[in-house]
Amino acid sequence: MDSTDNHILKVENVTVGYSKIDILHDVDLLLRKGEIVSIIGPNGAGKSTLLKTIIGLLNPRKGSVYLQNRDITGEKPERLVRQGISYVPQVFNIFPSLTIQENLEMGAFTRTDDFSGRMKEIYELFPVLGERRNQRVGNLSGGQRQMVAMGRALMLDPHVLLLDEPSAGLAPKFVSMIFERIIDINKTGVSLILVEQNAREALNMAHRGYVLATGRNVLDGEAKALLANEEVGRLYLGG
Amino acid sequence: MLELFVYGIVLGSIISLGAIGLTLIYGILRFGNFAHGDLMTAGAYIALFFVTGPLKWVGIPDNMFGPFSFGWRIVVAFPFSMLAVGGIAILLDRILYQTLRNKEAGRVTLSMSALGASFIVRMGVLIIWGPDYKFYKPGLIRPALVLPAGIKIRPDQILILIVVAVLVIAVHLFLKKSRMGKAMRATSDNMELARLSGIEIQKVIYYTWGIGGALAAAAGVLYGIDVQVHPGMGWNFLIPLFAAAILGGLGNVYGALAGGLIIGVVQQMSTAVLLPTYKPAVAFIIMIVLLLIRPQGIFGRSSR
Repeated sequence: MDSTDNHILKVENVTVGYSKIDILHDVDLLLRKGEIVSIIGPNGAGKSTLLKTIIGLLNPRKGSVYLQNRDITGEKPERLVRQGISYVPQVFNIFPSLTIQENLEMGAFTRTDDFSGRMKEIYELFPVLGERRNQRVGNLSGGQRQMVAMGRALMLDPHVLLLDEPSAGLAPKFVSMIFERIIDINKTGVSLILVEQNAREALNMAHRGYVLATGRNVLDGEAKALLANEEVGRLYLGG
Repeated sequence: MLELFVYGIVLGSIISLGAIGLTLIYGILRFGNFAHGDLMTAGAYIALFFVTGPLKWVGIPDNMFGPFSFGWRIVVAFPFSMLAVGGIAILLDRILYQTLRNKEAGRVTLSMSALGASFIVRMGVLIIWGPDYKFYKPGLIRPALVLPAGIKIRPDQILILIVVAVLVIAVHLFLKKSRMGKAMRATSDNMELARLSGIEIQKVIYYTWGIGGALAAAAGVLYGIDVQVHPGMGWNFLIPLFAAAILGGLGNVYGALAGGLIIGVVQQMSTAVLLPTYKPAVAFIIMIVLLLIRPQGIFGRSSR
């Protein structure tokens, strides 16, 4: 891959794991400016691990991560969020005893400027959050919690947003709603990496996709091409 | 009986101050700070040091004023003691708990090291001031007021209740309104997400110790004003503090406040039927029963 490419995030040859066991082996990934990239693959393929490595929760044993051509390998998450990457974990992605508004304020913790305008934009993206801004997040439904989680991550106006299974465990009406919002967010210029179980949906909305299995790159390419690929269809899209 | 209830509220308000700090520290660091009682002792003695030392030397008068049975010096010493113990708690984190955390020590290890720290503090007090009971202001105690319904209460005790109320409201406002207070609640909810939001966890931890230590000092000084100071005072408070914090649901600040008042009242009322010596046992029994039937406490952690 040449470095003059318009990529915003690049993962190169990353090997990473917990204690002695490697989860990912020599994984590559590229995110171009303005793209949605979906990572699909079976359970245990290492999709979430890849996101955790990008955001700095895990340190790669080998390989590098670049943000806009700058090596960010091994940098701590609390520093990375100031450089334009935000991450929404799959679970434990909200502060349950805080109100919606306080959750968003915590998302903006590192901002010293006036972020009320940004908060207004997020309430416009998710109107229900604005209506309930003083409610404790712990009392909200799963779909609304996911909105809070994404809202929190968006408060810093990130260039790159990493989403780990945003549709997991949600009622069907919320799944399509969350996917629509992801496309809206992308249209505001945010580049996204999306990890999903819901592989067909994830590829439908993505520009490109990566298939991971047992911690290795299996396939990557245009999302349309992956959707049309017979082997991908049989193995990962449920026929 | 009514009198015991009133004394129980006074004792309970002091327990609450300690229990709030204990529960805040538990909420962030997830371990029981067995040194918390001795931070109270440290606070009581640092105030004694100011009263008998620097404040005397600079010529602050120590005459009793108004209806109170203490002098001006303890009033001045009070905030100094809170600052000093807040600092000691932060220093303990810096040299002890932070080192252990970096080595990924478990919560039992942290609790045991806190127990060790408590011995160091207590023995330090014993070495410097000796084992005797001491008063901030020796001499006669001013008479109690008789309120309607025949409730007897000393003016000192009314002031103690007011000071506790002011401190609790201050903590409440800090947690609800300030940026750092909200970050503390967020960190207590979900430390990893706090990191992912760019919150500097170590700073939150220092604030937690500072506030917990300052509240413990306040509790120690107020107890010293109400009763007297001695090196084992804080240690004797440890069980009531834990009982109160568990009763309120560990990590729940408002639960700790209520838990403290309940424990204080029950302890004091028990003296109607039991020897006062059994007071700590009463708190201990409440704690055991609670852990057996409702370990998450009456108010639970999520009810904040």
